[in-house]
This record gives sequence, C-alpha cells and structure tokens, in this order.
Amino acid sequence: MRSLLLGLTLMVLAGCSSVEPWVMPYEREALADPIMSLSRVPLIDQYRQHVFDVRQAAKTASMNQGGGCGCN
Amino acid sequence: MVVIERSQWPRMLLLPACLVAMTLSAATPPEDQVEALYHSYDGGGVQVTGPAVFARKTLGKGVSASAQYYVDTISSASIDVVTSASEYDEERTEYSLGVDWVYGDSEMAVGYSHSDEDDYTSDTYSLLVTQEVFGGMSSISMGYSHGDDVVERVDNDFRDRIDRDRYGLGLAQVLTPTMIATVNYEAILEEGYLNNPYRSARILGAQIPERYPRTRTSQAAQLRLLKSWNRETSLNGSYQYFTDTWGIQANTFEIGASHYLDKEWLIDLSYRYYTQDAASFYSDNFDREFNYMARDKELSTFNYNTFGARVTWNIQRERLPLGLNNASFTVGYDYMMFSYDDFTDIRTGENYDFNSHVFQIYFTSRY
Repeated sequence: MRSLLLGLTLMVLAGCSSVEPWVMPYEREALADPIMSLSRVPLIDQYRQHVFDVRQAAKTASMNQGGGCGCN
Repeated sequence: MVVIERSQWPRMLLLPACLVAMTLSAATPPEDQVEALYHSYDGGGVQVTGPAVFARKTLGKGVSASAQYYVDTISSASIDVVTSASEYDEERTEYSLGVDWVYGDSEMAVGYSHSDEDDYTSDTYSLLVTQEVFGGMSSISMGYSHGDDVVERVDNDFRDRIDRDRYGLGLAQVLTPTMIATVNYEAILEEGYLNNPYRSARILGAQIPERYPRTRTSQAAQLRLLKSWNRETSLNGSYQYFTDTWGIQANTFEIGASHYLDKEWLIDLSYRYYTQDAASFYSDNFDREFNYMARDKELSTFNYNTFGARVTWNIQRERLPLGLNNASFTVGYDYMMFSYDDFTDIRTGENYDFNSHVFQIYFTSRY
C-alpha cells in the first residue's frame, strides 16, 4: 500500500513538472498592459457591481465578498 | 466554456497536487495605493450619492493592509414607496478592513466589512486564497465569506436575522499571448428573513405583507474573455448564468472595449444586457392566498440594458508631485433602461419601466 502511494505521488509530481507554460514570460507584453487588467478601476467596478446586484435577483460570481444591503 | 482536449484531462486532474508541489514565479504583492470615488445614481424615483475612499499600505515583506469607507446617501420615492408608503431619506455607511499576505505563488486575503443603515446592519467576514501555477499561466482562487445581517423596521420593534454563506471558486487562465479567460463560480446559502419588511403583495388588488421562504440557495457561473486587439485596443466579453431555489434563472451578457486615444487618454465603452425569469412565488396580483407571496419587482420577469462609457486621464510621471509613481482620473457614466413584463405601475395600469443615470468620478494613485 505504501509503495502504491509513493508511486502515485511520484506520478503526480512528474505530471506537474512536465507542464510547460505555452506562453513564455517574454511573450506577455500585451497581457501586462493596463487595458488587459481584469479590474483597472477597482472602486468603480465594485460600485457598478453593487448598483447591478441590488436591482436584480441574480448575484454576480465575482469572487468579491462584500456585504450590506443598500437595496432601496 | 474553456475547451479541454481529452489528452489534457489527466494533467488537469492533477492540479490540486500541483498547487502544493510546484515552485514557480512569485505572485505579485498589491501596490500601495489610494483610491477615491464620488458616485451618483438617479432613476425610478431613487437618488443615491456618496463618496468612497480606499487605501492600501505595505506593512512588511509580502504583507499589506487596506481600509475602505463607503457611503450611500439615499432619497427614495421609488414605485414601491409611492404606492404603499411615504418618501424617505437615509444613509448607509460601510467600513471594510483587509489584510493581504503574499508568499511565493500564493496570496491570502482576509477581510471584515460592517454596513449600517437605520433598519439594516450587516457584518461580513471573508477569506480569499489565490494560487498561481504553471509559471503564472493559471491562477486559481477559492473564497468564502460569512455574513450576519439584522433586518429591522424604523416604525416599530420588528427585528429578524439573516445568515449568509458564500463559497467561490475562480480560475484565471492565459490562453495565448493576447488572450486571457476567467471562469468564476459562486454558491450562496441564505437563511433568515429574506423579504423587505415594508413591502406588500396584492390579493385581488388588496395589499398584504409579503411572505418569503426563509431559505435560499443560489448559484452563479461566469465566463469572461479579454483579448488584446492591438497595442492601443483591447476587447472583452462575458456571460453569466444564475439560478436559485426560488425558481429564478438569469442571464447576463456584457461586451466592452478599451482604447488609448494617446499616451495620456484612455476610453472604455461597454454594453450589458440582463434578463431574468420570475420567482415561483411572485405575482403582480394573486387570485387567492398562498404560503409564499411576493410582489418585489426584482423578483419579477424583467430585463435591462446598460450602456457605459469611461474616460481616463493617466497623468504622466514627470507632472506628478511628492514622488508619486502614477495617478489617474476617471469619469464614468452608465445609462440603464429597465423594462418589467409582469409588474404593473398601479398608478397607470401599464407595465412598469424606468431609466437611470449613473455617474462616477474617480481618482487613484500608487506611491
């Protein structure tokens, strides 16, 4: 059993090490530009999401974990 | 949906172990930053204005703390208010504190938020863990928050509670040298007094207090794509599907573009469309009494369109005082058009609709 676990662990680690980035760091100039930011103006984006969320039934799957109501 | 070819499946299944085992490029600590926002909403008889400020400061190697203050000053003569109550003014104040810790390829953020109105108080505790893998090609996030809310009425001693748990899972993925995709999933479990204590339902035209289930489980999944079109322009698009145990299904589509006019000026344009079905216990006017009855227009069948524009002035470093690295001003505007399919404006007998104007004036600086 112990050998099996060891073997599985080695296979897992081997699987990880063989994953090579297919976009190298020197190819990411365009991705680093502010216009490719997921949220360039965070406070406005957070405010807009609040405006939307309090006027609809659906909540946004944004990974933002804010609270409160303000739902008038 | 991100397409995963069959030959890649086994490797993708190894992701959880890779999170622990791989040593790749370090996650980037958040920069010291201040943000200030003045916001204004005007539509449907409701005006909401107020400031918001945010500051982040590095405390030590990889550790930073942040604080945020946000105010909504509300003047409401919404259709709910003018048809069943009196106009009112109130203020909502929200304070948030957070600590971020970056270690290697991992980032952990803990937060606390307190929101206070005359008749609604909320305390929220949150945890977000992000892990970069594959040389920064992928970023996986897991989040959890717990909210304790207290619902009250200002005109009597009514008081009840809401417990809210949110579980989030996210993936940001570099697809090509010019394209990024994000996939987010969130589940929300709510228990307690989930309706508005002031709002009424109608039975054959007579108003009675609304009755909602005391539990609700919601799920939302969002896919977003960002594409660098050329050095001056990027395009983005997103789709979200939402469903809950109240029978509501909602779809949200958004497209946008960002474009440098020159070295200092940047413009963003966006269009967003939202549509939803009604809750199973919603009716504009019930024909008899039911266990659960709602006439909240946000639980009805409706849609709205949002057209947005922003202009940003990125101030060049040589013009900045006090050794600031960068600073920018942004002015934003959104025009929203709401259209309800089964919510009657009882003043006119017609289906209700209204339009809103939303303004933002924003400043940020990193130092």
